[in-house]
Amino acid sequence: MDTSAIANSMRRMAEVLLVPLGALTAALVVFGVLMAAIGKNPFEVFALIYKGGFGSAFAWQNTLQRAAPLILTALCVALPAQAGLVVIGGEGALVLGGLSAAFIGAHLTGVMPVTTWLAMAFIAMLVGGAWMAACGALRYYRGVNETISSLLLTYIAIALLNHLVEGALRDPASLNKPSTTPLPESHLLGAIPGYDIHWGLVLGLLACVLCHVWVRSTVHGFALRVVGGNVRAARLAGLPVGRLILVACGIGGAMAGLAGMVEVAAVHGSANASLIAGYGYTGILVAFIARHNPIAIVPVAILLGGLNASGGMLQRRLDLPDATVLVLQGIAFLMVLASETLYGRAKIFQPRRG
Amino acid sequence: MSNKHSLAGRRDFIKQVAGMGVLTAIGPAMLGRAFAADKIVVGVIYVGPRDDFGYSQAQAQAAAAIKRMLGVTVVEQERVPETADVQKVMASMIEQDGASIIFPTSFGYFDPHAVKMAEKYPDVRFAHCGGLWTAGKHPKNAGSYFGYIDECQYLNGVAAGHATKSKKLGFIAAKPIPQVLRNINAFTLGAQSVNPAITTQVIFTGDWLMPVKEAEATNSLVDQGVDVITMHVDSPKVIVELCERRGISVCGYHADQSALAPKGYLTGAEWNWITPYTEHVKAAMSGAAMNNFLRGGLKEGFVKTSAYGRAVSEGARKNADAVKAKMMKGEFAIFKGPIKDNAGKTVIATGTTQKQTDVVLEQMNYLVRGVIGKV
Repeated sequence: MDTSAIANSMRRMAEVLLVPLGALTAALVVFGVLMAAIGKNPFEVFALIYKGGFGSAFAWQNTLQRAAPLILTALCVALPAQAGLVVIGGEGALVLGGLSAAFIGAHLTGVMPVTTWLAMAFIAMLVGGAWMAACGALRYYRGVNETISSLLLTYIAIALLNHLVEGALRDPASLNKPSTTPLPESHLLGAIPGYDIHWGLVLGLLACVLCHVWVRSTVHGFALRVVGGNVRAARLAGLPVGRLILVACGIGGAMAGLAGMVEVAAVHGSANASLIAGYGYTGILVAFIARHNPIAIVPVAILLGGLNASGGMLQRRLDLPDATVLVLQGIAFLMVLASETLYGRAKIFQPRRG
Repeated sequence: MSNKHSLAGRRDFIKQVAGMGVLTAIGPAMLGRAFAADKIVVGVIYVGPRDDFGYSQAQAQAAAAIKRMLGVTVVEQERVPETADVQKVMASMIEQDGASIIFPTSFGYFDPHAVKMAEKYPDVRFAHCGGLWTAGKHPKNAGSYFGYIDECQYLNGVAAGHATKSKKLGFIAAKPIPQVLRNINAFTLGAQSVNPAITTQVIFTGDWLMPVKEAEATNSLVDQGVDVITMHVDSPKVIVELCERRGISVCGYHADQSALAPKGYLTGAEWNWITPYTEHVKAAMSGAAMNNFLRGGLKEGFVKTSAYGRAVSEGARKNADAVKAKMMKGEFAIFKGPIKDNAGKTVIATGTTQKQTDVVLEQMNYLVRGVIGKV
């Protein structure tokens, strides 16, 4: 590689680092002005955001724990997006994945915990995947808009969860909070040794890497992106468009289902209404900010987890309302999305020829 | 184009990982316990916003009262979901704010979240609202407080029984769980003490915060001829405001909602959490053992009723006040046989009285005669 090639790649790298960083800085400035307007010292606010989200080992664990479920639910949006679909119903796949995992977990108790976990993960991914693949099928075979159908299917999934948890699958001992039969203590998925973070984070990272390889470095993944780029061209090239769409939706749904399994096995111990925590919806935000890049999902989810973690600090120390951090998130994401138009605009970042 | 995206992602990731290491290294040096050791720090966690005119507001009122105690600092966090998040919030209050007693106020915070944290932090007390703390099963530094608010719902029923002309009352409830059924039954029994022919139409919305469904339920009840409504949902704001607009009477729940319905507000069943909060905080400050199972009704000052609205007649006031006086003396039983459920089955036999402390009441799974609805 000659020097000009290196210089050009440095320019590109500087661009992809500085543009989002600039957007975040701009967001902080706007947010700081807002804080000053309501009579809070913006620098104190910034210091607390840093402390609460990233300022210590404890804060980092807080942040990473919050990021873990978002990584998996973001994949549920990012993978169908490779095929050009806007699927926003990850919450439904998560909820049903969690419910089916809880059912298996409570009944498969006479075996080693790891067998139970594998069975739970398998069934959760199967159910979540089938749920999302249904959206893909509706889209491909019946022309139903997948954004609407996935959203509506989420309401059905939540209703199903509530119906079964309060009815057929209810543990009679759960009086005031209807839940399924809990997993035995020994079959709960513990934390990563030495850390206060559950295994969902590791599964999420692994899933992101695998999905990235699949989408970016395999023929199958390339075919998928061709479908996303231009369906007609894909058909002309003889690609199995329908199957690719089903696979992308199915694997996305499987990821959300897996997130549900982790919630049940590592956090709740049973399935109940607490599974409906909005992770599926926050995942949409993460995926869009990450521009549907599986690897970029990780830092974005961590940033969001960190902001949520520090939101608590702002509430507790400065008596600010919960909405404060939502405002900051809103401004930050608006800035990041708006900054996309800046790529390729500044001459200094462009490759030089000759 | 897609190649550029891929690069952006990879570099962002590397940047984040690098940043993570640096920040972790310098972080702990900057972070100290925020409050002096001679003061007690109390952490309060809410599931909804503190100004919801309902469940969370009732808790926040007690937190505000605790704040005025000498040597007490209160840290609060609202809108915390019942997931791993609440565990992290509890841990943050302990590690970052130095809290030594935590009030996780939502029912779903108890098992597994508060229990897990109590095992992890044995020196911190966890006073949970509503959980069924069980000796031997749950840690000693965790406990629960709750109030017999069905007493106030009975009094709501008495006021409603006097106010209704159509003899049809409405009850909008979240879920058919024992706590809620007990309120519906107490309300109905209170109204039937005025006129045994009164019926209560129940609508379950399915979840604790469903403003749209609650509004639909209110409209539907009013259209059916119901002229007094009460509720058991997290934030009664929508229902109370809508009742006022539709020109019918309403009995409040959780907190005082009279400001939302100056014409139609009869009275309300309110929590008075100041009593258990004060007891827990005082015990924590003096080092006394934690009372793991704290319960009380009107007599013990755990619940209270809203001041009567102007729509409440003189006769209704006298009647309700007489019942209340008996409750204050501990001489009144709401669930006294014979009581039949709405399918005609006897649920409490003649001669049997279930006192407020009776655990059978915490497992209620029926609706009494005169309630229209199904569990």
